[in-house]
Amino acid sequence: MTGFPILSIMLLVPFGCAMACFFLDAKTARVLALTATLIDLVLGILLWANFDIGGAQWQFTERADLFGGFEWALGIDGIALMLIMLSVFLMPICIGASWHSITKRVGEYMAAFLFMEVLMIGTFAAQDLYLFYIFFEAGLIPMYLIIGIWGGSDRIYASYKFFLYTLLGSVLMFIAMLWMVNEAGTSSIPALMQYDFPAEAQTWLWLAFFSSFAVKMPMWPVHTWLPAAHVQAPTAGSVILAGVLLKLGGYGFIRFSLPMFPEASAQFMWLIFILSMAAVVLTSLIALVQHDMKKLIAYSSVAHMAIVTVGLFSFNVQGLEGAMIVMLSHGLVSGALFLCVGVIYDRLHTREIDRYGGLSINMKYYALFFMLFTMASIGLPGTSGFVGEFLSLAGIYQVSSVVAFVCTIGIILGAAYMLYLYRRVAFGEQKNADAAAMPDLNLREWLMLGPIAAAVLWMGVYPESFLAPMRNDIAMLDARIARAARAGDAHLEIGEPAPVEVVEAHGEAH
Amino acid sequence: MELTNSLTLIVPELILSISGLILLLIAAWGGNEASRPVSIASCIALGGAFFLVAPSVCAGASGPDTIAFGGQFRADAFAGLAKLMIYVAAGAALVVAPAYFDRAKAMRPEFAILVLFAALGMSIMVSAADLLTLYIGLELNSLAAYVLAAYLRDDDKSAEAGLKYFVLGALASGILLFGMSLLYGFAGTTSFSGINLAMAGGLSGGLLFGMIFVLAGMAFKVSAVPFHMWTPDVYEGAPTPVTAFFASAPKVAAVALTGRLALEAFGSQADAWQQIVTFAALASIVVGALGAIGQENIKRLLAYSSINNVGFILVGLATASIAGTSAMMIYLAFYVAMTIGSFVALLMLKDEDGNYLETFGDIAGLSTTRPALAWCLLLLMFSLAGIPPLMGFYGKWMVFQAAVEADLLLLAVFGIAASVIGAFYYIKFIKVMFFDEPVDRVKGLSDWAHWALLVIATAVISPVAFLATNWLVNLTDMAAASLSFAG
Repeated sequence: MTGFPILSIMLLVPFGCAMACFFLDAKTARVLALTATLIDLVLGILLWANFDIGGAQWQFTERADLFGGFEWALGIDGIALMLIMLSVFLMPICIGASWHSITKRVGEYMAAFLFMEVLMIGTFAAQDLYLFYIFFEAGLIPMYLIIGIWGGSDRIYASYKFFLYTLLGSVLMFIAMLWMVNEAGTSSIPALMQYDFPAEAQTWLWLAFFSSFAVKMPMWPVHTWLPAAHVQAPTAGSVILAGVLLKLGGYGFIRFSLPMFPEASAQFMWLIFILSMAAVVLTSLIALVQHDMKKLIAYSSVAHMAIVTVGLFSFNVQGLEGAMIVMLSHGLVSGALFLCVGVIYDRLHTREIDRYGGLSINMKYYALFFMLFTMASIGLPGTSGFVGEFLSLAGIYQVSSVVAFVCTIGIILGAAYMLYLYRRVAFGEQKNADAAAMPDLNLREWLMLGPIAAAVLWMGVYPESFLAPMRNDIAMLDARIARAARAGDAHLEIGEPAPVEVVEAHGEAH
Repeated sequence: MELTNSLTLIVPELILSISGLILLLIAAWGGNEASRPVSIASCIALGGAFFLVAPSVCAGASGPDTIAFGGQFRADAFAGLAKLMIYVAAGAALVVAPAYFDRAKAMRPEFAILVLFAALGMSIMVSAADLLTLYIGLELNSLAAYVLAAYLRDDDKSAEAGLKYFVLGALASGILLFGMSLLYGFAGTTSFSGINLAMAGGLSGGLLFGMIFVLAGMAFKVSAVPFHMWTPDVYEGAPTPVTAFFASAPKVAAVALTGRLALEAFGSQADAWQQIVTFAALASIVVGALGAIGQENIKRLLAYSSINNVGFILVGLATASIAGTSAMMIYLAFYVAMTIGSFVALLMLKDEDGNYLETFGDIAGLSTTRPALAWCLLLLMFSLAGIPPLMGFYGKWMVFQAAVEADLLLLAVFGIAASVIGAFYYIKFIKVMFFDEPVDRVKGLSDWAHWALLVIATAVISPVAFLATNWLVNLTDMAAASLSFAG
């Protein structure tokens, strides 16, 4: 353990407050939860400020031999740092989003969210394979409760689907982990990232990990739990689900599947590409015909996550950096979009797109924010979405121009459904009197949407702040997987002119 | 000298049997008024035995010093660890029983005495190193258990449970005895080590049949599939404190005994029984999970859950390794805590007149009316489902880790995939308590003893217990190592 155990404290603060929330009344619980998440945000900023870019790969490491079979080992690299920042940034906003809309069992609700925060930070910071699994899998419990208790009318089906889908995927991964630790003789993630598993074993291990991460991601065709869960979860639940939980799958691929099983990753590259291409096109088409706003955004999440997976498996630096930025950007943007839905849902209690219309007249600031996030979701230059998608597509183009072409079609479709959504909600005539009477954003909503908007623009205009901490880690990962990378079809290299002498010599021989 | 040594080693059993006999006399003269003092005295006897056994477990007792009566009886760390769990479970049953039976005006002193004798029988079972000791312990436990199942003799269900348990239990004992006679006939000895030696020379047909019959009889006692049919009926019919007892202590004893039999007596032919145990393990996991899905009665559901859990425990045994045995003991420890916790919680579900509620319909929306109880049950159920960070997960982890180390990958993969089926009904439990509209039927209050047991059980399976895993793994490793592995 070196110095101040900041990661442990980031886990302990929300944990302690979560326990306290069980015993508090609604008002105190809200304040306490907000305080805890803000403390974690401050600690997260300290973490970022003290992160030594270009320094050691693993920083803020802590190690304590507390348990039988695994260690309390924490530590972060740039990738984990960025995802932790995303979590601590979104958490206070989630608490704010639930300030008035959650009225029953507030203490338990806040406790569930704080537990979620503990588990998310723990997942990103864990340096022991088993510790990672415990944090990763334990997230099922609070999320199951959040969907099931505070969700909408069809919440029970959604919560079952969420729970059982993700559990089945994860337990197979667990068996693979047991095998890996048995084979490599260590459960330390940094050590395992350097370990070369036999190629034939990699295939099975990769598939086991894939079964977990593909569900979490979610990839087509195991994505069906996501729309169900999103639609039924309360607004803040959707934000945390789209914002952070979906990133666990991508984080898993980049932390485990790629560096630990590079050969198998190359072997299954086309599986990933085909599933991702299907996801980008199919779910975009499905999103186009949705009547429910949350469902539409949920399907768009599946499409965006497919861009992440193609980027990750393009085996080059652009693709990996692009995938990371898409993850961060999608975390902010889809979170913000769910908040935008939440804002009008709180006023009218419906998510039907047809019940709204012409909101730009009576809610002009709302329409402005909604416009910004819509554009960011489409990937307009100047917003975070552009940077990520551009890099991802640049990465994938080096591998396969076909995949790049199909994914680009998906992005055009993405523009179609998002703009169509925006037109129906914000423009046009005010056909519904109750929707026309809705007041504009209040201070609380400003405080929720404002920071996200700023972050989206920051990431869009100056992505270097976010790329710099990750650069070394991604370069290292790229070097690690380079041995398995395959030549793409888009490398149009200029060939050497045929040596003239040889031809002449050939001619003379005749 | 030999006799003195032997007697020193069986002091815990002596305490139990002498106090049982004395209490029997007190009960005969004291009548029903004596039931409370007898219960308390039985608890003290169990506690005394517990603290006498504990040092040998902590010291990892093994080797020739632990052998008593010329190889009939072994007081090693493995037996000691099982005994600790048995005494705790028996004590818990004694603590929750009076409140339950007082209602039916059926609290009589013999309840505590029966539990005490059952505990004595189990104590002998886990220490048995000879077929004769094994059978004496097993029958002492079983006879007490048959009576306990039918303890509410005016209640049809309880009487039916007792009868079913007796008839099927007698059948199982018959199978066991038949196997034992074959073993004796072909090995020429009844001692575990002797049988092992005979088997090392080759597995003749008679020995093989004997082994299979003995294992079948044991499978009946641990209620492993395909010998599980009695479990749901007996668990449902028996009075709830008795069911709590059945689901915990005798399971520990039977599993520990099966472990010792398989490893010490049949250890040299592990290949022959590993496939049997593997099949029983997988079948128990699947049948236990599928059977529980349709159940409305919570006691019945917990019966299937115990079948399911036995399957996971047997995965540890199927490895035939020290690591697997150690994992089995870890799983058992948390299984006992989860079982006691969930049955105590079940005993706390009462309506305003004090009638016990035991169906899902009664606990709908429990989390709004009785939040503390509901949250404890939530933790217990997630733990039974094996979701981290609760300790039920740790047990499964250790067991499957042993299976993977022993190269039983297929067993591990199918076993863990089937555990997802099991998760379905555990989360149904939580769905009913947390998501459904409250019916507010649970109104009765429980005394502090119930709360204390529930809180202790919940604390044992809570993530806090991870801090104790280092110590626990050390204990179970020593216990597993104290078995004389012949493999």
